[in-house]
Amino acid sequence: MPGKLKAKIVAGRHLPVMDRASDLTDAFVEVKFGNTTFKTDVYPKSLNPQWNSEWFKFEVDDEDLQDEPLQITVLDHDTYSANDAIGKVYIDIDPLLSSEAATVISGWFPIYDTIHGIRGEINVLVKVDLFNDLNRFRQSSCGVKFFCTTSIPRCYRAALVHGFVEELVVNEDPEYQWIDRIRTPRASNEARQRLISLMSGELQRKIGLKVLEMGGNAVVGYLQCFDLEGESGLVVRAIGTACTLDKLIPGSASNTNTHPNTAPASNACNSPSKEIKEPVFSEDPTHPLSVPPTPLRTLPSSSSPPPFSPSKLCSRQSSSSDTDLSLTPKMGMGSGISVGKEAGPLKTLLRQQAQSALEQREFPFFTLTCFPPGFLVHIGGVVSARSVKLLDRIHNPDEPETRDAWWEEIRQEIKSHAKALGCHAVVGYSESTTICEEVCILSASGTAAMLNPRFMREGCLDAGGSDQRLSRQPPLGMVGSERAEGEVSSSWLGFDDASPPSCGFCHIPYDEFNMPFPAQLTYCYHCRRQKVPDVLFTTIDLPAEAAVTGKGCLIQARLCRTKKKAQGEVNATAISNLLPFMEYELHTQLMNKLKLRCMNALFGLRIQISVGENMLLGLASATGVYLSALPAPGGIQIAGKTPSDLSYDQHISTMQKRINDTIAMNKELYNIHPPECIEEVVGSPIPDRQRSRLFRSTSESSDELSELDLSHGKKDAFVLEIDDTDAVEDIQSLLTDAPMPAGFYSCNTEVMPGIYNWTSGLQMFTSVRVYRLNNANLTNQGLNKIFTDLCENLLKSLYFKLRSMIPCCLCHLNFTVAVPEEELIQVAVTAVAMSFDKETQLAADKALNKGSGENEEQLQFSMELCGESTSSNNQPTAKPSGLPESAMTHSSSRDRCSTWLELLRLKAHTIRRGSVKTTSSSERCSPLPEVRSRSLRSTRSLPCGAPVTVVKMTPLSFLPRTRIVKYLGIINMFFIRETTSLREEGGVSGFLHSFIAEVFAMVRAHVAALGGNAVVSYSMKECVFMENPNKNQAQCLINVSGDAVIFVRESDQEAIPPLITCGQTSTTGADGTT
Amino acid sequence: MSVELDVFVVNTTIMDEEVYQLWLDGYTGLGHNINQLTHIDILDTVIHQSYESCYLSAPSSVNDAVKVRMEGGVLEGCEASAEVLHSDTMDQYRTFQMCERLLHSPVKLANQLLFQIPPHRQVMLIERYYAFDSVFVREVLGKKLSKGTKKDLDDVSAKTGVTLKSCRRQFDNFKRVFKVVEELKGPLVENIRQHFLLSDKLARDYAAIVFFANNRFETGKKKLHYLTFQDFAFCAGQLISNWTVGALDNMVEDMDVDLEKEFLQDLKELKILITDRDLLDQHKSLVCTALRGKTKAFNEMEANFKNLSRGLVNIAAKLTNTKEVRDFFIDLVEKFIEPCRSDKWTAGDMRLYLTHYTNSAHVLDTFKHQVVWDRYMGVIKSCILKMYHD
Repeated sequence: MPGKLKAKIVAGRHLPVMDRASDLTDAFVEVKFGNTTFKTDVYPKSLNPQWNSEWFKFEVDDEDLQDEPLQITVLDHDTYSANDAIGKVYIDIDPLLSSEAATVISGWFPIYDTIHGIRGEINVLVKVDLFNDLNRFRQSSCGVKFFCTTSIPRCYRAALVHGFVEELVVNEDPEYQWIDRIRTPRASNEARQRLISLMSGELQRKIGLKVLEMGGNAVVGYLQCFDLEGESGLVVRAIGTACTLDKLIPGSASNTNTHPNTAPASNACNSPSKEIKEPVFSEDPTHPLSVPPTPLRTLPSSSSPPPFSPSKLCSRQSSSSDTDLSLTPKMGMGSGISVGKEAGPLKTLLRQQAQSALEQREFPFFTLTCFPPGFLVHIGGVVSARSVKLLDRIHNPDEPETRDAWWEEIRQEIKSHAKALGCHAVVGYSESTTICEEVCILSASGTAAMLNPRFMREGCLDAGGSDQRLSRQPPLGMVGSERAEGEVSSSWLGFDDASPPSCGFCHIPYDEFNMPFPAQLTYCYHCRRQKVPDVLFTTIDLPAEAAVTGKGCLIQARLCRTKKKAQGEVNATAISNLLPFMEYELHTQLMNKLKLRCMNALFGLRIQISVGENMLLGLASATGVYLSALPAPGGIQIAGKTPSDLSYDQHISTMQKRINDTIAMNKELYNIHPPECIEEVVGSPIPDRQRSRLFRSTSESSDELSELDLSHGKKDAFVLEIDDTDAVEDIQSLLTDAPMPAGFYSCNTEVMPGIYNWTSGLQMFTSVRVYRLNNANLTNQGLNKIFTDLCENLLKSLYFKLRSMIPCCLCHLNFTVAVPEEELIQVAVTAVAMSFDKETQLAADKALNKGSGENEEQLQFSMELCGESTSSNNQPTAKPSGLPESAMTHSSSRDRCSTWLELLRLKAHTIRRGSVKTTSSSERCSPLPEVRSRSLRSTRSLPCGAPVTVVKMTPLSFLPRTRIVKYLGIINMFFIRETTSLREEGGVSGFLHSFIAEVFAMVRAHVAALGGNAVVSYSMKECVFMENPNKNQAQCLINVSGDAVIFVRESDQEAIPPLITCGQTSTTGADGTT
Repeated sequence: MSVELDVFVVNTTIMDEEVYQLWLDGYTGLGHNINQLTHIDILDTVIHQSYESCYLSAPSSVNDAVKVRMEGGVLEGCEASAEVLHSDTMDQYRTFQMCERLLHSPVKLANQLLFQIPPHRQVMLIERYYAFDSVFVREVLGKKLSKGTKKDLDDVSAKTGVTLKSCRRQFDNFKRVFKVVEELKGPLVENIRQHFLLSDKLARDYAAIVFFANNRFETGKKKLHYLTFQDFAFCAGQLISNWTVGALDNMVEDMDVDLEKEFLQDLKELKILITDRDLLDQHKSLVCTALRGKTKAFNEMEANFKNLSRGLVNIAAKLTNTKEVRDFFIDLVEKFIEPCRSDKWTAGDMRLYLTHYTNSAHVLDTFKHQVVWDRYMGVIKSCILKMYHD
């Protein structure tokens, strides 16, 4: 009996009138967990009952604790007839099972009814007493933490990243059981909600077990999905990345994300480059060895608040530098990033080591999209796989082998694609399905990458390489620092051939002379030492350390293809024949649009293909950026294939002019002014330009792997030939993308490169649109046009609605498309609008512009400077590391560096100090430190007491200008809403509007009850809408998830000037202005 | 291609004030079916839902609002089309309609969970929702807030130019406030403020409306047309704070919607001022002595003194009769203000006259009802002064 669950029903308010005669309600509550039910007394004749019940105690297995939700039903007592249900509340008690998450659930929950929506609120208190269970064969996995966030959570440090975990459970869908014919819609909906809740609990428990087996304690990037397969059942599946997370000591865990891109990375790793920053704040850098290394390496991030004493900073610095050195031998120092000019052997070595680390894993996949510095070594490109399957009934739910096998197959494919790209791992990995009748398309995609094995299992790495190599090796973590400093530190250690962090990830991981596909290679425009491709596509977020020119923007490719209606096998074949063409076209569109914006890389690429009865929809979204390390993209040239009459030529030239104008305009808009460079195209064995690093395949059920040559014959990628209507259409669509209104930026990644001064103003929104294609006989072109207009109009609408936020950026703008019925297209988007400070932004831009010219020069200088100072001092580092002296020298040389850095920083500091002040006035909400929020909560639990806690929601993993101090647990909720009075509820829009508002309300209530004040990494994974206007009926299913957190607002004093990351050479830039 | 469904939901509900005003002003085609639905008055929610369906099932109804917004230049600077504007207007209208139920009991708005609305926005929403058009309120002031009156709102709407929807909202607001405070103890204004979270100014106006509705003061007669709502509101404030039970003692069980019965009884005693000939003459000579030489209208004042005094004292004496109470304002105008106006008294004359008229009564030896007199004349004086304009 390892756990005791206690629940207390305090009060209700705003209950609906259940007795028309008296205009009142006689309410009571049933509390159910597992098979045990308790009841409160009836509180007669009140709409605001005060039950104040005793504590209802459930003695249960922890297995049940994980699987089952606490079910609270509010009823109206009726003496003569059956009691009427008012509504229900399901409470997931999982957050209470982890010692680090919430300790009590207490607050007002909306009482939800699947037919009537929210009907009043109920105040509930829930606690769990857990007894320790040391049984090794236990079936529960209490205590494993789950995070939806796809980066290392802010107040944790990743000690180890174990790798991929996956699981799926299947069941019959209650909606399709025979009993559904005789029960009420309400009963059926509730059965479904309950079942899915149970299944998610079970799934989480099973994944937790796998994590424990691997020796981890957390799952990061947890992605859970439902496949409503109709007759064939209900599949709940999840993937995630198992990690061992260490909690950073509260207080020192300064995850200030004034600079969000650095924060997650920096605390996850003890990087010396971070350390060199620390002395800037410390007045007294003379006792760096005062504290012995601690197992828990807590490192403040770049922007740690000043209140921490200087000595503390120093001690941390020393301790981590120590641990670094002591750890390096066994962590495999030699496997790092230093791939020199003659990198051949080193590269092989690196490969071997990574291989050894990763090959033990069945699938070296990572659902993370944002990494600790140094984790990501090189990026190969996007890998994806799709497979079309025919659904059949799952006969034995306990052995969901078919579904498992399907996914296994796809994952193998992904793995082999990654291998072909010379990569051992896949990052930013995700899986999805689309179902139409009995056809199901399974998709998986990710980014092939080379990872630094230091973060993998310790045992599998030996001290790689000789002393010499060791000494040449910069401490690994350093890669993740800001560009300027990263470089400084590497050069200071005397490794002028180490890949600079700001461009290292762009360098090709595959062998230049044995490329998996034809590509145009050049020497890196940043370090000039390594080869880089001409374009880079990835599914991950832009690494914090990446050097970017200008700003990024959302790029979408949209495609619609008609398909004949068919059944079974024929249908599946038809679909799988279409898929490669769709992918190809989407890809071409992306590429063209990228060129049009004068950019050379895509991040956060997400290609969604949705299948309907008579059409297929494809939507690719990504954030385009100009990576400084990659060559400048050439323009787009239009060539008429059949040179004929004059008017035709004229037509072409006007088009060409329009395209050129657009490119020029976009350059201005996104502030892309790359330094002029001499084109030096170096030997690529294959002269053809290749359009992409996108490497994918489509396989049918037959397991046959059909590779697609994407090289597009012998054509130059930048030449568009108008030889048929298709191409004309392509160009048209290219040019019809409406420009964003002034003051708006958009991206589908976590943050927008080039924008740094977020204010605390943010607005999360969900927008859903359904379009009916009235015209049954549409051509592909016609459909394409409609679909494009649809997305464009939706975007325009968003810009208009959010115009009060200007200047702002729409972040995490991810569209989900579906074909719910024949002739219907549904587009749903959940994103966040974040406003930023224009004045400081301008200042920063200016500084950057100014700096970018002198960029190279200044950097050169700084590198030299440091190189000198270190080369003379740094001899001892050449000794086998781990010796105490070396630590000494490290720190001393660091001091030296720091003084120089300090100068730079102080200047940057003052500039941005001013900027911080100007924005501070916009701060409104008061910070709620944990203690205070607790005390507040106690008063709040009084019925009708203090006002409702404000809960912020965001699809991002952070809130600007705040610090997340605690993760309270995962929010994973599934709701069904149905109506038989659609017209009365305001039609389909009215119905869905109120349902989404209700879902938001329930999420907020659950977060507030856990003691939180925000949800991060929020996403609406499923929004299935079905209507039958003739019957005046509609039904909608929504699944949302996120991480409940407590954040505190940075006060102005604490707000350390944000260090501009993204390798925008902030320090030099800022210096340039002063 | 047509848009079948289009929603946009935000976490922090921030409404566009301009659109809110359009909605409040009734820029929708409510349609005829609302009339059929009003009979199910049992639940606010039922009504609310049917309202909602009426607006939204006819998307064309927001077209007016879209038009107004376009003319207002909202699209300037944004690359947006009428389509976008329509979608935005619909979203906001839906939000307002969902909020409307909460606005009916503003206290709920603060602790409901459905919409996360910043507090200052909540204040704005409530204040605007309960704001009313002075032309409209002038029409229904003093009328019984009944279904009968509600049925006549079409006429009111036609007459005032306020949309029927807006008229209904305003009327329902009056009625709702009336119903809630009717059964409450304690000071009227304070009750309104607490239960509807209104500003002091608005709460006072509502107190006036409730007070007028409760006492059914006649305000619609032609002779009273020149008076504005603010004139009446001021008078109501005077009456509430001086002539009701609550005026003397806030702790009294009864509330201050009704005039104090005992006081009204006592007013009968004032009749002696006009029935006792000596007293009347004495009073007149005292007032005339004080006024002589101070005003151009002295002759008229002297000539009319007895008539005017009779008028005021008779009004006092009749107030025990509820029917007469209703005519309070018309009496004041007919018996006092009109004669004075025809004699071309200035506002200064009026003030002077009333001051001396009130004070002189204290000097009369045989007049024993000084307290009642002061309580009566204090209010009468300030009311007349407020009402004495063109």
